[in-house]
Amino acid sequence: MPIVASLARAALLEAVRNRLLWLAVVVVVIAFGLAQFLNQVAITESREIQTALLAAALRVAAVFMVAVFVITSMVRESSDKVTELLLSLPVPRSAYFFGKFAGYAMLVSILAVLSALPLAPFANFQGLVLWTVSLVCELLIVTAMSLFCVLSFAQVVPAFAVVAGFYLLSRSMAAMQIIAGAALQDPTLTDRVVNAVVELIALLLPALDGMTQTTWLLGSGPGVSTLGPVVGQTALYLVLICSAALFDLYRKNF
Amino acid sequence: MSQRPIAAVPRGVLALLALGLAAQIALKASAPPPRATAEDLPPAPSIAALRLASFGDPVALAKALMLYLQAFDYQSGSKVPYRDLDYGRLEAWLARILELDPRGQYPLLAASRLYAEVPVEAKQRRMLEFVYRQFLLDPDRRWPWLAHATAIAKHRLHDLPLALRYAQAIQRYAVADNVPLWAKQMEIFILEDMNELETARLIIGGYLQSGTIKDPAELRFLDERLKQLEARTARRAQGKEPMESVR
Repeated sequence: MPIVASLARAALLEAVRNRLLWLAVVVVVIAFGLAQFLNQVAITESREIQTALLAAALRVAAVFMVAVFVITSMVRESSDKVTELLLSLPVPRSAYFFGKFAGYAMLVSILAVLSALPLAPFANFQGLVLWTVSLVCELLIVTAMSLFCVLSFAQVVPAFAVVAGFYLLSRSMAAMQIIAGAALQDPTLTDRVVNAVVELIALLLPALDGMTQTTWLLGSGPGVSTLGPVVGQTALYLVLICSAALFDLYRKNF
Repeated sequence: MSQRPIAAVPRGVLALLALGLAAQIALKASAPPPRATAEDLPPAPSIAALRLASFGDPVALAKALMLYLQAFDYQSGSKVPYRDLDYGRLEAWLARILELDPRGQYPLLAASRLYAEVPVEAKQRRMLEFVYRQFLLDPDRRWPWLAHATAIAKHRLHDLPLALRYAQAIQRYAVADNVPLWAKQMEIFILEDMNELETARLIIGGYLQSGTIKDPAELRFLDERLKQLEARTARRAQGKEPMESVR
């Protein structure tokens, strides 16, 4: 559909004109410099330390940039009444949503590749490819969640707070499940209730803790089959979040 | 802002939402539950790294780390025995947590009451020594854990010289008013068990003469104990009680 392509192109153009890609380049350069500094400081395992800290910092920075950009861009568009103008076009609302999503998806792919570049001198090639693909998947989930939140709340602060909470919770859910199930005494009713709530939340969250692992960059790297669950979880979660966002968008009165 | 009715949402979107939700729940429910294994306990990070990660709130991080550490030793359903843990790493984690939160008692409770009760003597001794070293850094606050360590050394390890060393440390270094006399007097009872009657008698006599004991019941108890010891010493002198010392 031409409208989807146009909206995608406009979203990408907005990122370029907002100098988001320049910001990404600056972040990458700073992170690379920090890695060189750590190389001087570390007594042993300097390559591993460089890789691990650089990868973690770049991943978090990419997630932050994507979430903030998607949310502020959508809120600005809504405040300028551009959303209403676009929705008045003779196309379904889903075309508007998927046009936006396609543009942001292209942007996250570029960001993921940029984030992978400074890791190239330190990491094994196969592991780096898997890490980059997994980062794209992770950023796509964050993009969809940001779109869902900004369509629901229409405000920057609540939308970003929910996305940040969602991301942190998703990445630490496995550890929380282990802790919740680690009562020292026989579990009381409260323990069981808390455990059940944690398990319920875990069912609804994507397994982000298994994505974009730093360990993939160290040593010989995992096999391509590692990507199977990552891509599967991403596809499934995108269906869930995009349909939830569409549900909200279709019910909204502008 | 009013909302359109659900009927305004295309059926395809509703179906996709239901399908996505069901598939997500099915996927996560079918995945094996996350479970830490004893071998997974990583080396403890440096204190500098942990302070950096605490964002200026080391106590909160210490509390969270203790829960994290706990998840490695007692997991619901599997009950991985503590003895499977790498005690070198475990000790380093406990020390780091105490450095972050020196007033916290949880790491020493875990060390003396959980990790020191494994049926592996070398690991028990390692934890007891850890408790002893940490006690020396803050005796008035950490004496209860060394008192428990003394009991383990005496009753589990049957190592009376070790128990005596711990008891003497409590007696010597835990000087706050809130340290109960039973803790300070552990040394006497261990000396008795070791048949060091004369030394025990001298210590009790020293207590009574020092005037530090004010409680009449305590005074009466120690006085009776002193008489018993004197009687045993006299019997021994007459050759009616064996001389051998218990290890």
